[in-house]
Amino acid sequence: MDHLWNDSPGGFHTASAPDYLPAEQLRQLQLKRLQASIGRAYDHVPQFRDRMGQRGLTPADLRSIEDLGRWPFTVKADLRDNYPFGLFASPMEDIVRLHASSGTTGKPIVVAYTRQDVQVWASVMVRAFAACGVHRGDIVQNAYGYGLFTGGLGAHYGAEALGATVVPVSGGNTERQLMVMKDFGVTVICCTPSYFLHLLERAVELGIAMPLLRVGIFGAEPWSDAMRQRIQRDSGIRAYDIYGLSEIIGPGVGIECPRQDGLHIFEDHFYPEVIDPETCQVLPDGAEGELVLTTLSKQAMPMIRYRTRDITRLMAEPCPCGRTIRRIQRISRRSDDMLIIRGVNVYPSQIESALLAVEGTLPHYQIILTRRQGLDEMEVRVEVTAEFFSDRIQALETLQTRLGKSIESTIGIRAAVRLVQPHSIQRSEGKARRVLDERDKGI
Amino acid sequence: MENRPGAVREPCRALADAGINIMALSLADTANYGILRLIVQDPDRAQAVLERAGSVVNVAEVLAIDVPDRPGGLADLLDILDSRKLQIVYMYAISHGSRHKQAAMVFRFEDPDRAIAVLAGHNINAVSSVELFARSQ
Repeated sequence: MDHLWNDSPGGFHTASAPDYLPAEQLRQLQLKRLQASIGRAYDHVPQFRDRMGQRGLTPADLRSIEDLGRWPFTVKADLRDNYPFGLFASPMEDIVRLHASSGTTGKPIVVAYTRQDVQVWASVMVRAFAACGVHRGDIVQNAYGYGLFTGGLGAHYGAEALGATVVPVSGGNTERQLMVMKDFGVTVICCTPSYFLHLLERAVELGIAMPLLRVGIFGAEPWSDAMRQRIQRDSGIRAYDIYGLSEIIGPGVGIECPRQDGLHIFEDHFYPEVIDPETCQVLPDGAEGELVLTTLSKQAMPMIRYRTRDITRLMAEPCPCGRTIRRIQRISRRSDDMLIIRGVNVYPSQIESALLAVEGTLPHYQIILTRRQGLDEMEVRVEVTAEFFSDRIQALETLQTRLGKSIESTIGIRAAVRLVQPHSIQRSEGKARRVLDERDKGI
Repeated sequence: MENRPGAVREPCRALADAGINIMALSLADTANYGILRLIVQDPDRAQAVLERAGSVVNVAEVLAIDVPDRPGGLADLLDILDSRKLQIVYMYAISHGSRHKQAAMVFRFEDPDRAIAVLAGHNINAVSSVELFARSQ
């Protein structure tokens, strides 16, 4: 197939060429890279070598892509157990970037990048932007958080490498976001979908129009087709879903194309499998299960068969856009109890640890999630039982404050703490229903 | 108690049904919750009744001090407490009506033992629980 490789508006970007690799070439490339990646992990990461050894595997045993099914998995706990640098395959002198995301017990998960890794990350983000019709001359407002979170810098480097004009606003300060959007003539917005809804509502309240805004690249939290329809209808922009996770690279693992029917995985860099989460068997394309990803080119921290806990299916049908890199269905749920609140990963067990840390006893609690003006709100209801009760108002207020501070320092976002009467939180047999998620009702 | 309808009525009804008389009461509140403080004749029985009714109960040591029932009665007492740096956590009144020229104030002191010693030094005595309940008959 001939394409016109140029970077003029509307044309294909040269960086997007690998999206269209003929299938056989793609598989050969993947096998070669997979062998190199497994070799690298084997040579430099003791945990991988040990686990492979336990199964009697050496890198030479990977002769075809299907052989990957014999390889052990990596799970989030492995990153936590090896905090901070235990899974790195490069010496620190070669590592030019560290990022971190929240872990399950308060310790973050640390990820690393060599110079080449940073370039690969930028290149997949370029392909992601290009797939959404973003080009040189676009003014891109990046409202993903800049800092340890991979979202901000990931989108930034990609948009900049693409040649667009990047405005690094980061998160928060809604009035300023809208001022920038209007005054700078922003054409592309990157943020969480719920935050964009909030921006839209505020813009309506303030009477601010954004006629130049054309594209939104939304991710870091699951969002429904109904929400997409609402965003597109209320703003007139095209709203695209982007997928990623820090453990693999950050944003840029997958992106929707103009068909908006599934996310293309950049599988020349991230090899996708879908497994049955119970039996761990690899499932054929089309079957729903847990997404497992293997990095093919990461140097600093290769990930072999990382279980994402995201539930999806690989779509077997070729996409009309012409890309040969396979699509996954939009992620709607997880196989664990992880929550995403304002783009931050939160586990109920973290809330438990935070509550336990205050008085040394774990109170009965419940997490109530609501969405107000597009922003996620979390309320933690704590039962006041004899252990926590005091006849002093000040003591109860102090308790409430300490619980709130403990939660905030553990998960990084503020939660309202509400003291409630004993026995007002439902007890249940077996797994307690700790979380009442009332967001997305009707959206 | 949570700030919701019935929050005060329910414990009071529980005590009433158990034949327990409330001698004095104070309600301290914040936006979301409150603490109901009660003086009763038999605190242990009252605790059992209230806990059975679903309340969380804390029994605290308080002092009842007679205060002359005239303007300045309380202020004079507080002069003494302040000058001796006795910290008051909270306080509220028990009224005995005009039969007695005394009113009693319930005090929760930060340091009740020191408070008793200081007050004795000023010839102010705490009212014993026996005396207090006798007055209410």
